[in-house]
Amino acid sequence: MGFHIGSAGEEAAIVASAAAMREVDWIFPCYREFGALLWRGMPLQGYIDNMYGNSNDSCRGRQMPDHYSGKPYRFASVSSPIGTQLPQAVGFSWAAKLKDEKIAVAVYLGEGATSSADFHTAMNFAGVFQTPTVFLIRNNGWAISVPASHQTAAKSFADKGAAYGVPAVRVDGNDALAVYKTVKAAAEEAAAGEGSKLIEMLTYRMSGHSTSDDPRAYRSEQEVEAWQQKDPIVRLRKYLESNQAWSEKDESDCVEQLRTELKACIKKAEESERPSIASMFEDVYREKPWHLKEQQRQAEQGPRHKANH
Amino acid sequence: MPEMNMVQALNSALRSEMHSDDRVVVMGEDVGQVGGVFRVTQGLFKEFGEKRVIDTPLAEGGIIGSAIGMAMYGMRPVPEIQFADFIFPAFDQIVSEAAKYRYRTGGEFSCPMVVRAPVGGGIRGGHYHSQSPESLFIHNAGLKVVCPSNPYDAKGLLLASIRDDDPVLFFEPKRVYRAVKTDVPEEPYLIPLSEAKVVREGRHVTVIAWGAMLFEALESAENAARHGIEAEVIDLRTLWPVDIDTILESIKKTGRVVVVHEAAKSCGFGAELVSLIAENAFLHLEAPPVRVTGWDTPFPYTLENEYLPLAHRITPALLQAARY
Repeated sequence: MGFHIGSAGEEAAIVASAAAMREVDWIFPCYREFGALLWRGMPLQGYIDNMYGNSNDSCRGRQMPDHYSGKPYRFASVSSPIGTQLPQAVGFSWAAKLKDEKIAVAVYLGEGATSSADFHTAMNFAGVFQTPTVFLIRNNGWAISVPASHQTAAKSFADKGAAYGVPAVRVDGNDALAVYKTVKAAAEEAAAGEGSKLIEMLTYRMSGHSTSDDPRAYRSEQEVEAWQQKDPIVRLRKYLESNQAWSEKDESDCVEQLRTELKACIKKAEESERPSIASMFEDVYREKPWHLKEQQRQAEQGPRHKANH
Repeated sequence: MPEMNMVQALNSALRSEMHSDDRVVVMGEDVGQVGGVFRVTQGLFKEFGEKRVIDTPLAEGGIIGSAIGMAMYGMRPVPEIQFADFIFPAFDQIVSEAAKYRYRTGGEFSCPMVVRAPVGGGIRGGHYHSQSPESLFIHNAGLKVVCPSNPYDAKGLLLASIRDDDPVLFFEPKRVYRAVKTDVPEEPYLIPLSEAKVVREGRHVTVIAWGAMLFEALESAENAARHGIEAEVIDLRTLWPVDIDTILESIKKTGRVVVVHEAAKSCGFGAELVSLIAENAFLHLEAPPVRVTGWDTPFPYTLENEYLPLAHRITPALLQAARY
């Protein structure tokens, strides 16, 4: 496994928001939303297979780790370019509206993506056409090494909604219940025909941007420690425990069960076949054109072919 | 059978497909009330209403990005980019997203949409209303690229493109829009993608062209005939995936080839065609392949006719190849 783009610190913003969407609603991810995908029903094995890019991966090993998709779970697809999912989510929700289907589409982005042209066009289209789109900004403070203060001079990212005629709110992104309530209300209103919503979820990226990043180069330990005190999972756990809905034993049982399941999934993923060379040439087009058939023949007869070893 | 120019033929195709398939929507800048700056979508707004013929904000990335979302939902969007020169704000959405959706999702999602855009010179539009960016899209796996040369083909190819399950860049030679009329059936008909057409048979040299330059190629073939040279002219119609069989069959007959396109020479589609011919028919070649193309400069305003590969440049190339 070569890469991971984590969500430590942002679990509430991701999972509680996904949980707030109805099953008929759609989710367009940014790239830290594997928690939302698992919530939507993707088996853990499916996610781990994607991390390994093996032949069981639904993306057939064609994307780097954490670039999943899940149509059966009403979950779109991850790509690396920033903000590209935003106008797509607007178009998807717009199509639903044109077909009188009362659904909402949640689309995730980081605060860095609000600087992209696609954010502007998506918000503008969403405002003009009153599409049932719920924009979920995970303001986690950092776009790789660039702080939120270098992404905008506006007082908040939610402020941007006003320019597009899109109602916007800020919510404590580390408070799972607040996120759930806010997103649920926005999604219901959007699906009912009230147009788009923008929600800025204030949270913090506890780890580096990805496993390829070392955040010690650009931010202080003190800043990270301050946010550690606000860990969304600890907060939710304390709330549940104070309501007798969770216990130390529940916690240890849960961790143990997940650890066992995860180990089994990793073992299976490691033992799974790599995608075939033939699969590399499939799904470029609906039907394989002559030039890809020719290149497939060349690849299959090439030095990687077992007959040439 | 009525005579139509290309604008009317494209309009007829859109109208017919919108009648038979309610998934088809037209969207873009000025495509609605006014019917497009070239009037290709004229009358559709009145006939199908604002839910299916959508005047969008002025943002190409938003037009294509939201069309991708619509296609993922199950619609058949036909977004228009007002001039191909303005497609670049949408380049990321086309090459990073539409082109790769089927592949990157293991076939879960796809983007069946047709991006229509006028291309090419000949209308005194300078370099922001004249370019031919086809090779940029051919180079990115997952896209199909079509460029009709006449009204009849335009209708059949547009219908085939809309019914195709992959994203298609449909480049319309604006210089031909109103310059040529052909018989065009009122009823729908399909011209399959990736089928080139031999529009003039000859045995001495093959000319490959498409779009507006096809007429220059035909004029050159006529000129060459006066010198005793019989040129075979192929209209590619679909640029990618290209109809290699028709090309190779012709080369095996003539042994000589001239490729014509408006776009700049270096890394233009002509370079790919010549490479394919060299790879697949080298021993049939009797002369070095020749490219007659736009120069490697931005598309100029005043010297437009000196930039374009018009017949006066193609004819000597034909004779040179034939007499090599």
